[in-house]
Amino acid sequence: MSNQNGGKAAGFQGKLVDRAFNVLGVLLFLAVWQSASMLNLFGPDFSASFSPVAAFSALGEMISSGELLHHSIPSIRRVLTSLFLAIIVALPIGVLVGYFKRVEQLTYVVFQFMRMISPLAWMPIAIIIFGVGDVSVTFLLWLVAIWPLILNTSHGAGRVSPLWVNMSRTMGAGDSGILRKVIIPAAVPDMLTGLRLAVGVSWIILVPAEMLGVPDGLGYFILDTRDRFRYDQLMATIMVIGAIGYLLDSGNRWLIRKFAWKI
Amino acid sequence: MNDMAKTGKLLLELKDVCKTFRKDGAEFRVLEGVNLRIDEGEFVCILGPTGCGKSVTLQIVAGLLDQSSGSVILDGKEERGPGPHKGMVFQEYALLPWRNVIENVEIGLELKGVSKKERRRIAMEYLEIVGLKGSERSMVHEISGGMRQRAAIARALANHPKILLMDEPFEALDALTKEEMQIQILKAWEKTKTTIFFVTHDVDEAIFLSDKICVMDINPGRVKKIIDNRLPRPRHENVCRTDKAFGEMRDQIIQLYSSLKDDELDLVF
Repeated sequence: MSNQNGGKAAGFQGKLVDRAFNVLGVLLFLAVWQSASMLNLFGPDFSASFSPVAAFSALGEMISSGELLHHSIPSIRRVLTSLFLAIIVALPIGVLVGYFKRVEQLTYVVFQFMRMISPLAWMPIAIIIFGVGDVSVTFLLWLVAIWPLILNTSHGAGRVSPLWVNMSRTMGAGDSGILRKVIIPAAVPDMLTGLRLAVGVSWIILVPAEMLGVPDGLGYFILDTRDRFRYDQLMATIMVIGAIGYLLDSGNRWLIRKFAWKI
Repeated sequence: MNDMAKTGKLLLELKDVCKTFRKDGAEFRVLEGVNLRIDEGEFVCILGPTGCGKSVTLQIVAGLLDQSSGSVILDGKEERGPGPHKGMVFQEYALLPWRNVIENVEIGLELKGVSKKERRRIAMEYLEIVGLKGSERSMVHEISGGMRQRAAIARALANHPKILLMDEPFEALDALTKEEMQIQILKAWEKTKTTIFFVTHDVDEAIFLSDKICVMDINPGRVKKIIDNRLPRPRHENVCRTDKAFGEMRDQIIQLYSSLKDDELDLVF
């Protein structure tokens, strides 16, 4: 491998080398983390339990006790439910906003204003309306997921070439035909980009949202491990949060590779 | 004369078609009283420099623009709006990039509700006519401009249009591909017997392809002269470009534009 070809070697062997560098990065990261704990960077009392070694053994313990599943499943469920509800609401709105100039003008200021507000700011209102629990958390996640979906979908629907629309009219398409055969498929790559961003922010907001009075979930478990001084479990939970987030994003990247068309 | 498809039956009639655009309160007369008759099976070229309204005329026939006055009568009926009975081929191809070649060709049939199997069969038939067999699974970004335009022609033909409208379809192609496509469209025309209304600003192209050339004038756009093109067919062998009759027709057209200043005349000779 060399810099001349952008650090990417060709062929199967090249792919192996590329992967090896990914693995090397992870190992280096673990080494830095381990050294930090060995150098007592987390303080003299707790540094040992902050180490990756302690975290991995706590992780094994959490897997066998069933705690990991017990807290991961509600978290994943909340994120997927809110994403599903966000998609149902945001995609039609995004298409309308993107395609009709007047709808865009009508909504522009409000949407740009709303998307800058952290959903956590809505927390007291969510609790007044929905009470403490699952529904409030799902609502907050929904509130953060709709903006990237709406804005990206509208961008996609907005750059539909008038030529495609005229072509489909000469092919016999009415309004619904234009919508189904041109506008929606044209917006798919942007919808997927919006979905990827939505998954990212939802997963990030999940942890603080689950600190607001639900009895399970990874965010809840972070507080729980802190209260029990189980910093090894805390670090294990952080690793799990990162890992699930990484997997969700990989799924999205796969969707983009598979379904986003190229010019 | 190609008489295999000709029935002498009137298919399209433009009666006193006028078009005025309004911009910043001012009115621009783009077309003034265009009258034209096209018979079934005819290949008619509309030729003129930029600003003569030839594309506007075609778009009015396609139903993508409304005329300010006058009427467009197709097959005895007054036309309003676009439809699959008037196939349109755009200069920029207008293929959908998320569909492969055959899916692009099928779109009109899909909108009509034709079954998938039948769609495939019809689309393959027209892909073969335009010489694209073997590329049906290619994506649009993988194929050349000439191949894209072939796909667009197959897409328009697959609807079985009464008339095929072509808006400077070969302008974006290089000279060699352009000639190849001219031969291809003549072959497709002979095979399908579709009436073709073809916009161009290339004099040779108009002479090579047409039965009739509608020569347009500018300021405002109007029909200057309709020339009957009696060059013998078939013309694919390319010999006729050097024919005496070809040259005479060329001279006749150049004569028609002798009153225009050089900068107004962007025709290709």
